[in-house]
Amino acid sequence: MASLINCPHCGVRPREEFTIRGDAGPVRPAPDADFGAWDAYVHLRDNVRGPMAEHWQHSGGCRRWLVVERDTFTHEVFAVVDAADYTRVPVAKPARARKAANPAGRRGGA
Amino acid sequence: MSFSRFSDGGLIDRSQRIGFSFDGRRFEGFAGDTLASALLANGQVLMGRSFKYHRPRGLLSGGASEPNALVTLGAGGLREPNLRASMVTLREGLSAESQNRWPSLGFDLGAVNSALSPFIGAGFYYKTFMWPAALWERLYEPVIRRAAGLGRASHAPDPQDYEKRWAHCDLLVIGSGPAGLTAALSAARAGARVILCDENARFGGRLIRDQVEIGDLDGPGFAAEVADELAANANVRLLAGTTVFGSYDSGVFGALERRDGASSGPAQRIWRIVARRAVLASGAEERPLVFGGNDRPGIMMASTMRGLIHAEAVRPGNHVGVFTTGASGHETARDLLARGLEVTLVDSRRDIPDAERAASRSARVLEDHMVADALGGKAVSAMEVIDRASGRRERINIDALATSGGWNPVVGLACQRGDKPDWDTNRGMFVPPAASDGLMAAGSAAGILDLEGCLDSGARAGAEAAAALGFKPKKTSIPTVREACGGSTGFATLWHVSEARGKAFVDFQNDVTVSDLGLAVREGYGHVELAKRYTTTGMATDQGKLSNVNAIGILAENRGLSPDRVGTTTFRPFYTPVSIGALAGEHRGAHYRPVRRSPLHGWAEKHGAVFIEAGAWMRASHFPRDGESSWKPACDRECVAVRAGVGISDASTLGKIDVTGKDAAQFLDLIYTGKISSLSVGKARYGLMLREDGLLMDDGTVSRFAEDHFVITTTTAAAGEVMAHMEFCAQALWPELDVRLVSVTDQWAQITVAGPQSRAVLVRIVDEDLSEEAMPFLAARPVRLHSGLAARLFRISFSGELAFELAVPARHGEAVADAILEAGRPYGITPYGLEALNVLRIEKGFITHAEIDGRTTPGDLGLGKMVSAKKPDFIGRVMLAREGLQRDDREQLVGLRPVRPDQTVLAGAHLLKPDTAPTMANDQGHITSACWSPNLGSHIALAMLRRGRARHGERLIAHDPLRGFESEVEVCAPVFWPAEEAQTVNTEMLTVEHPAVRPAPPAPHDLLDGLFTGQTGQATLVMGSETLVALVTGPAAKDRAVRRVAKAGDGICRPVQPGQVLVVGRSGESAEALVTRLAMPRGLSLCDLSDARVRLMLAGPEAAEILAVFCALDLASGSFKPGASAPVLLGHIPAQLTCVGAQTYEIMVFSTYGQDLAESLSRALRLAG
Ligand SMILES: [Zn+2]
Repeated sequence: MASLINCPHCGVRPREEFTIRGDAGPVRPAPDADFGAWDAYVHLRDNVRGPMAEHWQHSGGCRRWLVVERDTFTHEVFAVVDAADYTRVPVAKPARARKAANPAGRRGGA
Repeated sequence: MSFSRFSDGGLIDRSQRIGFSFDGRRFEGFAGDTLASALLANGQVLMGRSFKYHRPRGLLSGGASEPNALVTLGAGGLREPNLRASMVTLREGLSAESQNRWPSLGFDLGAVNSALSPFIGAGFYYKTFMWPAALWERLYEPVIRRAAGLGRASHAPDPQDYEKRWAHCDLLVIGSGPAGLTAALSAARAGARVILCDENARFGGRLIRDQVEIGDLDGPGFAAEVADELAANANVRLLAGTTVFGSYDSGVFGALERRDGASSGPAQRIWRIVARRAVLASGAEERPLVFGGNDRPGIMMASTMRGLIHAEAVRPGNHVGVFTTGASGHETARDLLARGLEVTLVDSRRDIPDAERAASRSARVLEDHMVADALGGKAVSAMEVIDRASGRRERINIDALATSGGWNPVVGLACQRGDKPDWDTNRGMFVPPAASDGLMAAGSAAGILDLEGCLDSGARAGAEAAAALGFKPKKTSIPTVREACGGSTGFATLWHVSEARGKAFVDFQNDVTVSDLGLAVREGYGHVELAKRYTTTGMATDQGKLSNVNAIGILAENRGLSPDRVGTTTFRPFYTPVSIGALAGEHRGAHYRPVRRSPLHGWAEKHGAVFIEAGAWMRASHFPRDGESSWKPACDRECVAVRAGVGISDASTLGKIDVTGKDAAQFLDLIYTGKISSLSVGKARYGLMLREDGLLMDDGTVSRFAEDHFVITTTTAAAGEVMAHMEFCAQALWPELDVRLVSVTDQWAQITVAGPQSRAVLVRIVDEDLSEEAMPFLAARPVRLHSGLAARLFRISFSGELAFELAVPARHGEAVADAILEAGRPYGITPYGLEALNVLRIEKGFITHAEIDGRTTPGDLGLGKMVSAKKPDFIGRVMLAREGLQRDDREQLVGLRPVRPDQTVLAGAHLLKPDTAPTMANDQGHITSACWSPNLGSHIALAMLRRGRARHGERLIAHDPLRGFESEVEVCAPVFWPAEEAQTVNTEMLTVEHPAVRPAPPAPHDLLDGLFTGQTGQATLVMGSETLVALVTGPAAKDRAVRRVAKAGDGICRPVQPGQVLVVGRSGESAEALVTRLAMPRGLSLCDLSDARVRLMLAGPEAAEILAVFCALDLASGSFKPGASAPVLLGHIPAQLTCVGAQTYEIMVFSTYGQDLAESLSRALRLAG
């Protein structure tokens, strides 16, 4: 039916206004990086159960690309930032570091 | 004596008689009746037949949980099945039909199933109909469907209107019984915005149906007093007849408002309620007792019978049996006795509390007794009572039987997001999990069964929620309460009566008995989720509202566990069934999804175009002339005309993106495979975009209008995807680049003029030198028409002919296209559509998304030379170099001609070497595009063929087993129309043979023409005045400067995103004047969107409510004041919403969506009226 996302530019909006691209963790390698780095960037993704950072576009609003940090299991949203800011501050990349943490597991998959 | 009506009392209005029919028989009821109460008052106790055994059934619980009294209302497109008679408000002329009986409700042949029950017990579907599988479709399923089933849906279209609307509140209160009312009251008094929903037509819940006193008021009086106070509070929205059916993430709830009999507005409305806090005051269901024949008509829940006596004055015969394990039975006995009826009360307990004994003291009370079996046919006539101590049975004749096995709190909404209810051993019931996500249960939903406790817990919950949101609630004082049994509410747990001889039903709607559950345990399906599926308990439309807890209790007993160890099944939306029509809302028929109309839509329509859906667009397919009965002759004629003379078509649907900023060229070098930065100003270039995995994403043209200003085109199909991709690259990958992307698709009407005579036609329109020298192939530049209109001209071709694309501001499109037709008349100019466009491009081997299918590389399509080998980086560069994408045995683009030119070839056919079997191993490739070429007199095709470029001349078989085609084809180069574009310039053609043609000024286009535009006093819709609309763009870091500049337009800042703000000029102000006035600082630029947006103005007291149909913004909260503006999705259409004054909103929408949105707004206005 709905869930609400707090766009840093537009405020709280229903999920229908957004388009999801996927994992925001992988960083585009330098053009001369070795092939393994490119292969990982293009093809390798973790199937995360728990906290994850994802690229979402507010396609029905400001059209900015955002990084939504949420729990893939409970749908709890922790933070939403503009993708440009996320790229510039690599410190704020929690998904990989946190993914091993076991979520509370309170809610079952519907 | 059967059921009848008391001559006095009740909440019905005896002065208002209401005629209705049931199974064709005429009846009369009163205002205030439900269909169920009116039928009972008329002695019609039999209301339906059961699902499997076709047993006669009557009203059991009333309310939303009613499993038996299901009816179908209405006929034709208005037919609605499976409605609970207890939830249908009686109205004049209502026509109801019983369900699942044949030939009639009284005499049902299906009842023979009851005799067959040993063979159709639990799991019979799995056991009986396993073999042979072929019989399923032909025999088993149709027979089962007919014999076992509920009502049937109509196949006719539903003529009613449905609507969806957003609502926002601080506190949502679900249920308006005692707890719900005080919760709403205490929060509303504290100043919170409250929404109170109740699925019944009247607020009050049990206060309406039980005999209680609160202070000096009776139940209905107290409910009315509270409801009146709430109704008078502007912060409160009362929704009667509204079922909250789902609890979703982020505090969003779904609710269905039924508006049966409403004279205007939608038949049903879905509310999407955004609530900061919620109080679940959904009450409790009385738990049925499971004994033999417990499904006979005339047996009902004790509270249901009380309610029928008090609210609708229904008299349940003369002598009524009551079978109870707790206080509720004694309360019902009290009320029956007060009405002068004879009562025999059977209580399973030995130690009945004194307060309960006092309530039922004039009845014959059999303590430590149980009802083992109920007897009777179409109505209960006797009960067989068993003395628990001695085992002695006694038969007692009765007219009706009230039963109570205790209470089940209605916990569903508290558990829909995954939480499980807790088993409370002391109270013998499942109670909601601890408050979470802002949802808190109160009253009997929380297991508090006494009235005073309910009133108090509601008031506390409301106050707590309000306080948590920063309001300052005052204490709501609860008056003195007097209720039956002095507030005693306890009950003993009795899962079933084991001495029963007849069928003892647990799930009434799906005909599941105690023995079915026992069988499930014995056969190893005792887990609650397995037992549910094995026996179908809880799987009917009532979702086990009455049956689940008893089923869990019986499973627990069978397995020697406590109920909490058995656990509950999963709670999911929907709490009660919701019709598909309500969920679809307005998105059906022509508005199933938004339609984009090209600025030349009207022009094409005027010239007889036949339209087809192409993605979101309606595009002209062909322009038939007299005598052309199908698309084919029209398409053939159009194709020949373009190559022989000149044609005109609409290219407006191509995606057009304005790319500016000082790093625009550098950015495009990263996006395209070729070098864009070397493109000269005034030139266009064909470009390819890859995905990061090296495969083709899209193709199109890039034109350079200034050092830092490009316009790119995308294919129509991929326009949205490409825009999102480029935005991702600009914002997420390279945010340090100054590049600004603006979709200008809606701004320009783009007209293709193609064919050897195109130049001769255009010189009559365009006031420029169009000679080969001045306007060579791939020239792209701003031009002026003879009329003075500023336009853009591109010398590009998708047909292989000499061709131009002329872009004019959208509103001028139709007039300019007409002028071109006029100018081309001496040359026989022919409008052509999408079909001809496709043939012309296949003839030249130009690719579309039939070839760019997500598997092809530039090299595969013969475009390898368009990939720069020098650029250090661009999207897809590294992955494209993979060995597998570079091998020469990949499938490559080729042309195919059938050996016999008249032989059809179709896209999708696979290619085989002659005399090889059609296997995957032998597959040589497939046909991507095919057509009949009237210019060549042959079928032709494009195909992806393994090592194709080395196989020109080879003969293959095009194998199409699905459509039964097989044809011999010869491989050739993917270019069929060999004629090169005429390079020799016919100077004669350049001398203006005919005078200039000047397009007329555009006629004003009123989107609201012919539409309902609202009503003064509610809301009205008008077109915004014509002014300049533009986008001020700058680097995101300069957002403040951009906002300041844009605000200078008309005083309102309309932000789209950081660095992009819409500006609206003063009336009549030109772009130049506006630019001068705005005095833009360096680094900012202006993109004219006057033709890309239309403005609609919605104003009036109801304007915000109407907008709530379209968007989730909380317009009423005071945060969206005059001057506020935001980009939003209205329905499915992107727009900029601005509050320009009190109750006045400007809706700025993409112009190609304008017509669609205008129609939708008009509809919403009509439904609001
Ligand atoms: Zn946004």
